[in-house]
Amino acid sequence: MKRSYMNPYLAGILLGIVLLTAMVVSGRGLGASGGYKYCVVSIVGAVDPPHVENSEYYSKYFENGKKPLTNWLTLEIFGVVAGGFISGAVSGRLKLKVEKSPKISVTRRLIFAFLGGVLFVYGGQLARGCTSGAALSGMAVLSLAGFVTMIAIFGSAYVFAWIFRKNWI
Amino acid sequence: MAPLSSYFAFPEWLNMLTAFLIGIGFGFALEQAGFSSSRKLAGMFYGYDTTVIKVFFTAAIVALIGSQFLSYFGLLNLNQVYVNEFYVTASIVGGVIMGAGFIMGGFCPGTGLCAMSIGKIDAMAFVAGGFAGAFLFTETYPLIEGMANARYKGPVKINESLGLSPGLFTLILVAAAVAMFWIAELAEKKFARPEITNDLK
Repeated sequence: MKRSYMNPYLAGILLGIVLLTAMVVSGRGLGASGGYKYCVVSIVGAVDPPHVENSEYYSKYFENGKKPLTNWLTLEIFGVVAGGFISGAVSGRLKLKVEKSPKISVTRRLIFAFLGGVLFVYGGQLARGCTSGAALSGMAVLSLAGFVTMIAIFGSAYVFAWIFRKNWI
Repeated sequence: MAPLSSYFAFPEWLNMLTAFLIGIGFGFALEQAGFSSSRKLAGMFYGYDTTVIKVFFTAAIVALIGSQFLSYFGLLNLNQVYVNEFYVTASIVGGVIMGAGFIMGGFCPGTGLCAMSIGKIDAMAFVAGGFAGAFLFTETYPLIEGMANARYKGPVKINESLGLSPGLFTLILVAAAVAMFWIAELAEKKFARPEITNDLK
C-alpha cells in the first residue's frame, strides 16, 4: 500500500534532528557531493595508481595511508541510499520508473538528469559543498559561505527554471 | 562535552558506523519528505509545490536552535563543530552551476541518491552524472585552481559579519522563515497545477 508523504514541516523537524545529531556526535554537518568525490577518487586510485601519485589533487587523499572509501562522507552517502530504501519500503514507494513530465521523452529526461548530475557535483566541489554540505549544514552553523551558496543555488535556479520550463511544466 | 566523537576519542570503526547510521536517518528523512521525486522538487521553482523551502528551512532552524541551546547549557562546544570556509568567488560561481544542475537534473546530490534507492531511473542517470562531474572536477582542478581559491575569507560566521549576536540573528532568521512559509503556502494556491500534483501523491 502506497502511503502519502510526511507533512513537510514534520519532515523538516526530522531532518533537523538528524543534522543536529551529526553536529553533536561527529562535530560536523551532513554532506553529499563530497561522498561522490571520495568514491571517484578511490576508483581512480584502484584503476590508475600512477595517475594518482603524479597528481597533487588526488595524492592528498592517499597521504599517510588514508583510504578515501573509509571516510565519514563516503559511509554517510551509503547510509543515505540505505535510509531512502527503508523509507521507500515502509511507505510502499519502491518502483522502477522514469519520473518525467508527460510532455517530454524518456531519452530527453535521462540526458538532462545526467547533465544535471555532472553540473551539480562539479559546482558542489567548487563551492566546497552542495545543498546539504554548504547550504543546509552551513546555515545551521551560521556560516556566511552557507548562506551565500544557498542564495546562489536557489536564486540562479529560478532563472534556469524559466529557460528549461518545457522540461517540467 | 559534545561533539562526542572527539570527547570520547571514537575509534575509526565507530566513526564509520555513526556516519552510516546518520546517513540512514538523512536518506529516510529526505524520502519521507518526498524528495525522492524530481517533479516534486522542481515544483519549488514553478510554485506548484513548495515542500523544498518548508523542509529545508525547518531543518536548518531546528539544528540551529538546537545547537545554540546545547551550547548555552555547556553541552556542545560549537568551536569544535565544522564551519564552512568562505571562498567568495567559488561559492557564487559554484552555486550558480549548481542552480543549473538542479533545474536540468531535478535533484541535488543527496536527493538523487535517495531517489535512486527507491528505483527512480532518472535518479540513476543523475547519480551517474554526479560521478562524472566529480571526475571532471578532479581532472580540471589544475585549470581552475586560481578561481577556486580566490578571495578566501576563512570560516566566517554571518552574524559576526553583520555585527549581531548568534541568538538575535537566529531570531531574525526564524521570522524570515515564517514569512517565507506564508508566501510559499500562498504560491501553492496561485500556481497550482493539479495535473502535476495529483500524479505525485
